[in-house]
Order: sequence, then C-alpha cells, then structure tokens
Amino acid sequence: MAGCGQVSINIGGEVVGKSNVFDLLGPIMVGPSSSHTAGAARLGGMARKILGDEPVRGTIFLHGSFAKTGKGHGTDLALLAGLLGLLPDDERIPEAPKLAKERGLSVKYEIADLGEVHPNTVKFDLVGRSGGRVQVVGSSVGGGTIVIHKINDFQVEIRGDYPTLVILHQDLPGLVAQVTLLLATAQINIASMRVSREKRGAQALMILETDQMINDAVLDLMRKLPKIEQVMAVEPL
Amino acid sequence: MRAYEDWVIEAETKGIKLSEVILQDQIEELEQTEQGLFQRMSTNLIVMRDSVEAGLIGKRRSLSGLVGGDAAKVEDRRKKGTSLVGDQISGAIAKALAVAEVNACMGKIVAAPTAGSCGVLPAVLFTVEETCKVSERDLILALFTAAGLGMILTERASVSGAEGGCQAEIGSAAAMAAAAAAELAGGSPRQAADAAAIAMKSMLGLVCDPVGGLVEVPCVKRNATGAAIALAAAEMALSGVKSAIPIDEVIDTMGQIGKQMPCALKETAQGGLAVTPTGRRIQADFL
Repeated sequence: MAGCGQVSINIGGEVVGKSNVFDLLGPIMVGPSSSHTAGAARLGGMARKILGDEPVRGTIFLHGSFAKTGKGHGTDLALLAGLLGLLPDDERIPEAPKLAKERGLSVKYEIADLGEVHPNTVKFDLVGRSGGRVQVVGSSVGGGTIVIHKINDFQVEIRGDYPTLVILHQDLPGLVAQVTLLLATAQINIASMRVSREKRGAQALMILETDQMINDAVLDLMRKLPKIEQVMAVEPL
Repeated sequence: MRAYEDWVIEAETKGIKLSEVILQDQIEELEQTEQGLFQRMSTNLIVMRDSVEAGLIGKRRSLSGLVGGDAAKVEDRRKKGTSLVGDQISGAIAKALAVAEVNACMGKIVAAPTAGSCGVLPAVLFTVEETCKVSERDLILALFTAAGLGMILTERASVSGAEGGCQAEIGSAAAMAAAAAAELAGGSPRQAADAAAIAMKSMLGLVCDPVGGLVEVPCVKRNATGAAIALAAAEMALSGVKSAIPIDEVIDTMGQIGKQMPCALKETAQGGLAVTPTGRRIQADFL
C-alpha cells in the first residue's frame, strides 16, 4: 500500500518501557537463536492468531537471513511450530513436521525477496479450516521480539504485547468514534491506536492495542456497525 | 542514564547485597511483589539446572552436526580426576559447553542475556554452588545481581552480537556471571562490580564471526572460555584486586568499541572465522 497516509495516535503513554531483569534473563526458549528460533515460533503463532482458525494449508516465504541461515537455526521448524500453536519454549518444536502431519496442516516453503524489509522476515499465506485466507508479513527483530508489518495489503505494526484489534472498514466520518465508544462502554482502555486508509472514502484500517482483553459480545457489536468489513481480535503472545 | 555504581553505593550505604537493591528496584518498576519476582526468577534457575544436566549427557547433535558431545568429554576427564585445571574450572567448562550444546541442539535454555551466550551464567553459578555453601535463595538473588548488570549493559551499550560483536554477548554474560559469582561467594557489592569490570575488560574487542551464521562455531566453546574468565575475574576481585577502570566506564567502552567494529565482524558471517577456508567449506557443505 505504497504512498498511503498513516496517522498514529498514542493514547495512554509510551508502549516501549525500560528493560527489566526478565528481559536479560529470558526468554526461556528452545534454541539455538532468539531471533531465528524463538522469534520465528512467535511469528508463526501470531499468524495463526491473525488467521483466527486452525490453519490447514499454506506457503511460508523466507526472506534474507531467514532464507540463508534458517535451516541451521531450525527457523523452518519454529515457524511451523508457531502455526500449530506451540510456544517458543515447547520442546516439541524440532518435531513440528510430524505434528503438522498429524493435525492435517500442509505447508510448503519458498525463498522470496520481500523487498526493503528487516533481514529476518517471513510472509505467510494461510488457509484456515473454515476456508478463510490471510497473508501476513512479519519480522523477528532481536531477542525474540517480533513485529507484524502487513496483513493482506495493509501496512500494520503489531508486536503482540497487548490484546490487539485489527478492523478493516470503509473510510467514513465517525466510525472511529463509534468503535472507541464501544470500548469505553465495556471499560476497555486503549493503549495505542493507529488509523490508515488507501485514500479518502476508500478501504481503511484501524489497529487498537488495549490493556484489557476484548470479549466476544463487544466484537459482535463492532461487526454490526455500518461499513465494518472485518474485525480480528489478536490475543497477546 | 542509570549506572551500576549507583546501585553499588546504595547497597554499601544500606549495608545490604547488590541483589537486594536490584530486587527492590524491580519490585517498584514492575509493580510486583517480592514473592512474585522470586517465583519467576526461580523458574529461570530450574531451567538452567535442567539444561546443564541435559547437556552433560551429550547424546544430541546440532542441525549442522558440528556441535554435540564435547561437554561429556570434559566432564568425563574431570570425573577421572585427571583435570589439568582442577575441579572448579573443568566443571565450569563442562557445564558451559553443556548448556551451549543444548541450545545448539534445539533444547530448552534460558537466554542469559542471549541464547548464544546462555551457557556462561549457569556454569559459573553452579560451580560456585558446588564450591561454597549457598542456598537456593542466594542463587536466585545472584541472578538479580547478574540481570541488573545486564540492564545497565543494555542501556549504556548492547547485549546483541549484531550491534556490538561477541564482546556484547559472551562478554556481557561473563561480566554478569562474574558479578553474581563474587556476591555468591560472599564478596561485597564493590567486589562484585570489580569482578564484572575485570571480566568485561578481558572480553573487549571480541568479534562475532559465526561460521555459516549459526550459533555453533565458535559460539559454543566461547561460552566455556567466558565462564573461565568470569571465575578468574571473581577470584581476583574477592582477593581484593580492584579494577582500575570502573564498571560503568568499561561498559561505555564496550559500547563504543561495538560501534567502531566493522559490520563484517558483527554476526553477518562475512568476516573472521566465518570466511576462513574451513569456515567457508563448512558453510558450503551444509547450506
């Protein structure tokens, strides 16, 4: 979505904090690399959450260092393990291909040039059990920390630290207010919010990080709002 | 910017351990109870202990086949009583190799501060445990001493090989382990800081040049030598040897050297051991 305008609203202060003792001792993880293994498992996990369904088939596009040194770091295994819902400290990560077979998930790997992105970047093209399909691009940016950059054609920035709402809608005056009003009524505090659109009046995207989990009742009300196309609730990692 | 020295002075003034000052800081920072933080840190200690045990058996091989089984060799020699360097140092070498091998073989470890340097701290802590009488609580507290130093290292320099070379990874791990060992062996807060400074100084300038870009060669063995350096530094500090350059200045220097280091020597596998004829051949064979 090159050239699209992006508005960033930060409500509720800084998201990035000082380091703490558990940033330095941790994560507890399956080796060998926090970025190429633990981060890769988290990326797979995030793609699964964004799909919002049990993935049944897909393609994993490996870029840069993920493509070049991924094999020796078990990056392919960790990405697949993440898609199966395994966490970075799950000792079954090396057996991910066997687990995938048992659960009916079939993936193929391709080496790809995803452009001017972080060296540790992956693109997932996933199909879920109920037929839904999503494309997700994300990077492992160090120490197991990840960022999701793209969902379908939309630029996003999701780190998985907070419950995150991803809302695809038509650009319409007052829609942001209606969404935030629903959250306010449910006593859900917004930590950060980002609104972007293709062009005035066209398809737009809202991303909200919240301090509390959002329950299904609130999500259903949101889906009934006019001009809302899709609402995805992504739990924190 | 925070300084380790501030915590040292606070500990000296209050007559408490360095770890207790850091623990108090984190209780406030994370808004959690002392018990909650202890519980979480004890989980790290349990995984560290398990990873030492798993690695000493030495059955697994890494994905490339380059790594595995060396910890068991060193441990066997130690058990025979034929070690050249004595029980403590050979034990530390074996334990550090063990954890680093578990990591390379896709086993479970605690990044300390990174996965590539995960063997140093557990090796040093459990070596001190075997030598001195320490409680589980003391061991957990020592992890706070180490992690607190790690926070300062992150804020003033870096603990990432891609940013600062191996000195930022194994170097940081050795400094953290030295501080923890000094406290655990009954040293003062000042001695812990001196131990950290001496260890860090010994690792300055070390480049990150992994063969094939993998966390295997030379990373696994550098965990073992890093542990030995940490113990040597702690031994000096506990004997009253002081670091001429204070810890925070040493950390700043590490950060500066990291910036001056060329990219080819910062985890890109484009320099150092990675581009030796053998390094290139290993990469070509495997990748």
